[in-house]
Amino acid sequence: MRGELLYEGKDWDFGTIQRVHDAIETIAHKELGLDTFPNQIEIITAEQMLDAYASTGMPLFYKHWSFGKRFAQHEGIYRMGLQGLAYEIVINADPCISYIMEENSATMQTLVIAHAAFGHNHFFKHNYQFRQWTDPEGILDYLSFAKAYIANCEERYGHAEVERLLDAAHALMPQGIDRYPRKRPLNLHMEEKREQDRKEERERLYDDLWRTVPGRARGAKQMAGDKRRALLGLPQENILYFLEKAAPRLKPWQREVLRIVRLIAQYFYPQQQTKVMNEGCATYCHYRLLNRLHEKGRIDDGSFLEFLTSHTNATRQPFYDSPAYSGVNPYALGFDMMRDIERIVREPTEEDRYWFPEIAGTGDEMEVLRNVWANYRDDSFIAQFLSPQLIRKWRLFHVVDDREQPHLEVTAIHNERGYRDLRRSLAAQYEVGGYAPDIQIVDVDLAGNRKLVLHHRVRDGKMLELTNAAMVLGHLANLWGYEVLLQEIDAGTEQVLKEHMVRPEAG
Amino acid sequence: MHIVDRRLNPGGKSFANRQRFLRRAKDMVEKAVREASKDRAIGDLESPGEITIPSEGTREPTFRHTTGSRRDLVLPGNKDYVEGDLIERPQGEGEGDGAGGQVGRGDGQEDAFRFILTRDEFLSIFLDDLELPDLAKRRVAHTEKEGLRRAGFTTTGTPANLALHRTLQTSLSRRIALKRPKQGAIDDLERRLEEARRRDDAQDDATRGDATRGDATRADETRGDGAQVERLAAELEALRHKRARISYLDPIDLRYRRFERFPKPVTQAVMFCLMDVSGSMTEHMKDLAKRFFMLLHVFLARRYKRVEIVFIRHTDRAGEVDEETFFRSAETGGTMVSSALQEMLKVIRERYDPGVWNIYAAQASDGDNLSSDNPQTRDLLQNHILPLCQYFAYVEVSGPNAETHGYVPHHGQSSLWLTYAALQKENEKFQMRRVSRREHIYSVFRQLFQRRAAKTAEAP
Repeated sequence: MRGELLYEGKDWDFGTIQRVHDAIETIAHKELGLDTFPNQIEIITAEQMLDAYASTGMPLFYKHWSFGKRFAQHEGIYRMGLQGLAYEIVINADPCISYIMEENSATMQTLVIAHAAFGHNHFFKHNYQFRQWTDPEGILDYLSFAKAYIANCEERYGHAEVERLLDAAHALMPQGIDRYPRKRPLNLHMEEKREQDRKEERERLYDDLWRTVPGRARGAKQMAGDKRRALLGLPQENILYFLEKAAPRLKPWQREVLRIVRLIAQYFYPQQQTKVMNEGCATYCHYRLLNRLHEKGRIDDGSFLEFLTSHTNATRQPFYDSPAYSGVNPYALGFDMMRDIERIVREPTEEDRYWFPEIAGTGDEMEVLRNVWANYRDDSFIAQFLSPQLIRKWRLFHVVDDREQPHLEVTAIHNERGYRDLRRSLAAQYEVGGYAPDIQIVDVDLAGNRKLVLHHRVRDGKMLELTNAAMVLGHLANLWGYEVLLQEIDAGTEQVLKEHMVRPEAG
Repeated sequence: MHIVDRRLNPGGKSFANRQRFLRRAKDMVEKAVREASKDRAIGDLESPGEITIPSEGTREPTFRHTTGSRRDLVLPGNKDYVEGDLIERPQGEGEGDGAGGQVGRGDGQEDAFRFILTRDEFLSIFLDDLELPDLAKRRVAHTEKEGLRRAGFTTTGTPANLALHRTLQTSLSRRIALKRPKQGAIDDLERRLEEARRRDDAQDDATRGDATRGDATRADETRGDGAQVERLAAELEALRHKRARISYLDPIDLRYRRFERFPKPVTQAVMFCLMDVSGSMTEHMKDLAKRFFMLLHVFLARRYKRVEIVFIRHTDRAGEVDEETFFRSAETGGTMVSSALQEMLKVIRERYDPGVWNIYAAQASDGDNLSSDNPQTRDLLQNHILPLCQYFAYVEVSGPNAETHGYVPHHGQSSLWLTYAALQKENEKFQMRRVSRREHIYSVFRQLFQRRAAKTAEAP
């Protein structure tokens, strides 16, 4: 049963990487039943890692100053030694690309391959969020199209013009996401082609004569409000989409740029929603894989200890009163929950049987986990699978901070009465509605003064932060070209709490 | 699985983004650089440094929630709380205690933005819109000298310039084109001929033996071998002849490296630092002078490939010294500025031909000079030194309290200042300024080297 060591010491070469990958692949596919995209492993330097950080991990991205700013930030932190770099970056593409850094030791490369090239890879391929919203096959081609398109625009319309547009589009990026499934699946190849076709069609149809034809007589009778809104697809939460389709003063290339920003935002959307699960899945996989390698004698004890050190560091969860505490560590929470599910499936207690009758004691933890990884996102995952035992282990408690009360109140702790409350409240923090403001375009009168009306539905008195809101609305008004009104409306009472009115800058 | 090694890919992918960022934040970065240069020792100016700019203008706004009226926190690590416990509101709001850390964060950390400028970026902002005066004018007139540079190949030339590689290339292509037989082909043919002859001889013997049998076919073959020998011999002869006719290296193959002359702008400069080290110069004044000299050096070093510095100190005698002595040691004695100018002239004559070197001079003094020396000083400067120089800057340093304590003699006009004042009007190459505080050095420096709008084009 004992196999040959895959490597010895810290050094590695391409042969080592290949051997490690193959050994892991055998275990992952045969023993754990993972199913992955083909892997492409790219070796990069620290500087290239910083580059990749700056452009949200993607190997190619259009140019914008904000990426330069991010690069400067990361570089500063890194140079001062405040923070090491990530060991890897993995890209949801087909083939799945993992970047690994050259200075990692052989053990770290093994860990990284197990983590990214198998854990994340499996998750990307199977999780319903990724299947619904991303197109791993087309993403790299689309990014390269986007990069070329924007570079081309810069050349034709000037840096300043494009920069202004991108600034505005970036400000509205979080509002450029479809949160509910659309009719047809996304295919980025088609996107690229469609833009080509549109352009050709425009050129074909162009005839200067049309300019001289007098427009249709205005003043057709005012459409009823409801019908008008329905025609425009209102209310619409995807502001960038709406602008792209309906903003009266945008030029075709500007619409296309908005579309690019929107599609890229959409591509990253599932990652925000599955942080805990995605990292949990990858961490659990690398933990299982490395343990298996060690059992089979493919890595020696020293390497295994090195792995355990990194693993433990990554999954550390300081308690709330520790100076190191900075929120819940998604690696820790994800990993602990996966391990907990494994325990429930294998050795359930009475309590587990009561809380998780469907999975307790079924015996095959990988089948359960694969199912979980495919069909949940963070909030639903926590709401469903956070077990009382884990709540006790983490010693979770729930504090309510009500501005009107002089004190904070502890409303639940890790006891019988508190489990459900804790599970619900923790899950709520991962709900999209919990952190992203709910802003929708509700009305616009295209025949009249063209004022765009938006509503922000305020929950728990969480109003918009003023300086930021004013700047974003400024961008929005410039894109729209006319006045924009944002009303903050209390979700419970339907009262208008505040109104922001912005006019576009002249020009 | 593929393994791709990206390490050799060209780096600096973020360079374009960084430029865009610096352009975006230009005003703020400029301001920050000025601030930063105030507290930095001038000696450190050339090292890259961190600057902090306010986040305004590089802010990336998005819609964000304020904290709201009610926050729910789920925290790990309960020790002794039970349900219903009331906790004092902690001081220092937002102390990272949001498990939903997405909320509220970010503002505080975005107030200022720190990053590191490279040396080049720092200097280019620091020295932005400063220019070496009169450089362009001078270069057109004098500062060019001839240089040689490679310019392709030619068919004539001296043997020393024979381009062997190129010559053999031409030879090779000529040989290929004319189908010069290779030695190998000839050797091969010789061998085959030898063999054929041997067979022929053997055949002859055999034929004689076999003649009785009268084997027709054998006789045919024999005849064949005899013919082959002849054919091969003829072929060999032709090849040898051809090889002899087409030479290995022909005069028409020869190629020589060609050089052409071109005007070479002078890219070296010498900088003279003149300083009064007499007793009246305090440490503070020397410090000011040093800072000024160093700024000048940084500035020159950016424009010229090679900058040499000559330190001349003077009391009533002048001498060239090394940097350490120049700034550290004090001398006693009177003050005669002309001695330093004379020393400078001497050094120029000995080592720095004005046709080859760009000459800059900066003089620092507290303004004292022996009254009888003034006319001579003025004459030296006006008639001998300024014609040779690109630029001559005079900085009069005074004590830190000069302005407030009314130190300034002669109603603000030191004897040297009065002497020089007339020159400044006549000659643009000569500029003078007064400085009494460390923080004014930079602005004085800028005034001296400000790009003069009316004047000529870009610096090189």
